[in-house]
Amino acid sequence: MADEQEQKPAAKPAPAPAAPLARTKDEVLADPIVAPVTSAMAGAFLHAKEQVGEISLYVTPDAIVEVCRAFKAHGFTYLVDLCGVDYSTFPGHAGERFCVNYLLYSFKQNVRIRLKLFVAEGVSVRSVTGVWKTANWHERETFDMFGIPFTGHPNLERILMWEGFNGHPLRKDFPIRGIDTGARIYPEVFPPGGGPMPGSTGKAHGDVNIWKGPAVPLGRSPKGEVPETKQVEAPQGGDEGKADA
Amino acid sequence: MTQTMLNLHEMEISFGPQHPSTHGVLRVMVKIDGERIVDAKPIIGYLHRGTEKLFEAMNYPQCVPHTDRMDYVASATNNQGFVGAVEKLLGLTEQIPRRAKIIRVMLAELQRISSHLLWLATHAIDLGAMTPFFYTFRERELILDLFEDYCGARLTLNCMRIGGQADDIDAAWIQKLNDFLGIFDAALDEYESLLTMNRIWRKRTIGIGVIAPDDAIDWGLTGPPLRGSGIEWDIRRAFPYEVYSELKFEIPVGRNGDTYDRYLCRMEEMRQSKKILEQCISMIAETKEGDLKAKVSRVIRPPEGEAYFSVECPKGELGYYIISDGKNQNAYRCHVRPPSFVNLSALPDLVKGHLVADMVAVIGTIDIVLGEVDR
Repeated sequence: MADEQEQKPAAKPAPAPAAPLARTKDEVLADPIVAPVTSAMAGAFLHAKEQVGEISLYVTPDAIVEVCRAFKAHGFTYLVDLCGVDYSTFPGHAGERFCVNYLLYSFKQNVRIRLKLFVAEGVSVRSVTGVWKTANWHERETFDMFGIPFTGHPNLERILMWEGFNGHPLRKDFPIRGIDTGARIYPEVFPPGGGPMPGSTGKAHGDVNIWKGPAVPLGRSPKGEVPETKQVEAPQGGDEGKADA
Repeated sequence: MTQTMLNLHEMEISFGPQHPSTHGVLRVMVKIDGERIVDAKPIIGYLHRGTEKLFEAMNYPQCVPHTDRMDYVASATNNQGFVGAVEKLLGLTEQIPRRAKIIRVMLAELQRISSHLLWLATHAIDLGAMTPFFYTFRERELILDLFEDYCGARLTLNCMRIGGQADDIDAAWIQKLNDFLGIFDAALDEYESLLTMNRIWRKRTIGIGVIAPDDAIDWGLTGPPLRGSGIEWDIRRAFPYEVYSELKFEIPVGRNGDTYDRYLCRMEEMRQSKKILEQCISMIAETKEGDLKAKVSRVIRPPEGEAYFSVECPKGELGYYIISDGKNQNAYRCHVRPPSFVNLSALPDLVKGHLVADMVAVIGTIDIVLGEVDR
């Protein structure tokens, strides 16, 4: 065993990606791991693929709860993970904007499968909290970070960001430097409503931003060049402001 | 009549976020009826730093130090999960040199012991036992010294690289590790002599925060909370990574799924980690010194696709889900599946019907690190 593993690097110098898309949709759907469910609910699966040994099934949004129930009945009793993805800037992506990933695990077969569900912005997804309790916080997080609403969720509210925060941080159009939320902290500096404005797009240029310099992506700033940042005036009556005057 | 009277006396109090027993900045809104908890609602996010967003803006090697800051008391396993996921996406997993794999396992197991020691110290303090803190920190210090010797850092290690390890270990380090392992069994016995048969400890932990096996799976619990309920499941066994398939170790399981069983599980896990470390020491002697890196291109740009990779971190299953668009040096999306986050979501179920003082025991027993919950 050990010798074999040591031999391998010499035999394969170039990192070989583990045969992406080696199997076709029908072959993956007919895999004995998923076949009991996929054959019974053929209409619910749009596409299927296998990569690095992981099976991904693309599910229609209408059927997600039924598909999850069926998989749970067939041994996939454990929801490992549920997360959202914003595909809006993915090269070559033509479908709906958001994707919700469900990672299921079967103790009996010791395998994981992934369900993928694509939805457009503003379209809600049926909640699977009725199938697994653990979906509760995962769905809240997905809602918080991407703004994907889940229907049938018992308590859909923000979980990591605070109530009243505008925007959804993991959307691709949300600036990485953040949006201004200073109005709450410095009411003297910002006009009323100047902070996270209701209906804010989360885009940098749409919002008031305390860092007025040009947006520089992290880790990409040209060598030795520090982006000029203009600070907003210090609050009237602040200690520093007085000292300067 | 009695019912209305009770409801009249129901009260909502805020527990935390600044409270010594919340292990960071966890806030729990607790509905209490006298001393008894009717409902609890954890409020998190105080330590949210947008790590997943940062991952999208940095190239893969730059992300590794950020993983340290999530579970900051177990950074080696965080590194391991992230580099493992990128290696899986690159198709490199099989090409990591054996010596590098063994070093990773050693670091991860040391980290498991140190994380469990910290858990034991704080958990015991929460329940009123001050002494174990001093004893466990004495041994934890030795582990941190080992980390310092290896990579220079004591907490945020940043000790793993995509494709292998940056630093090798030498005979002096192995000697130091052997010294530590030599005293560790006696140290564990010492902790156990303080707690395991202690009448107060048993009264505070037995039957507290019971979770049935089916509920544990339904809530997605992993790590000691799952094993405490009697389910023998460990990523190291279910999906062996690095060299775990060759190592001999047992997975301790509990019977009742209560706080005491989870305590026993973690104590036994430390003994198993010690066993693993001893095997690693003999295994690493057979490998070539300095053989630490697989051939990795200078620019890491995985092919288009997605991969999920998880490791058994001290708290449970720590998973990284990475999507690469195949064109950039940074992940298109990197999602972290933190065990603490998922385990904490079961808190309301675990504490219902208990006393407020028992909630402290339950928060301690699920072993959360808020850096990881909030990311």
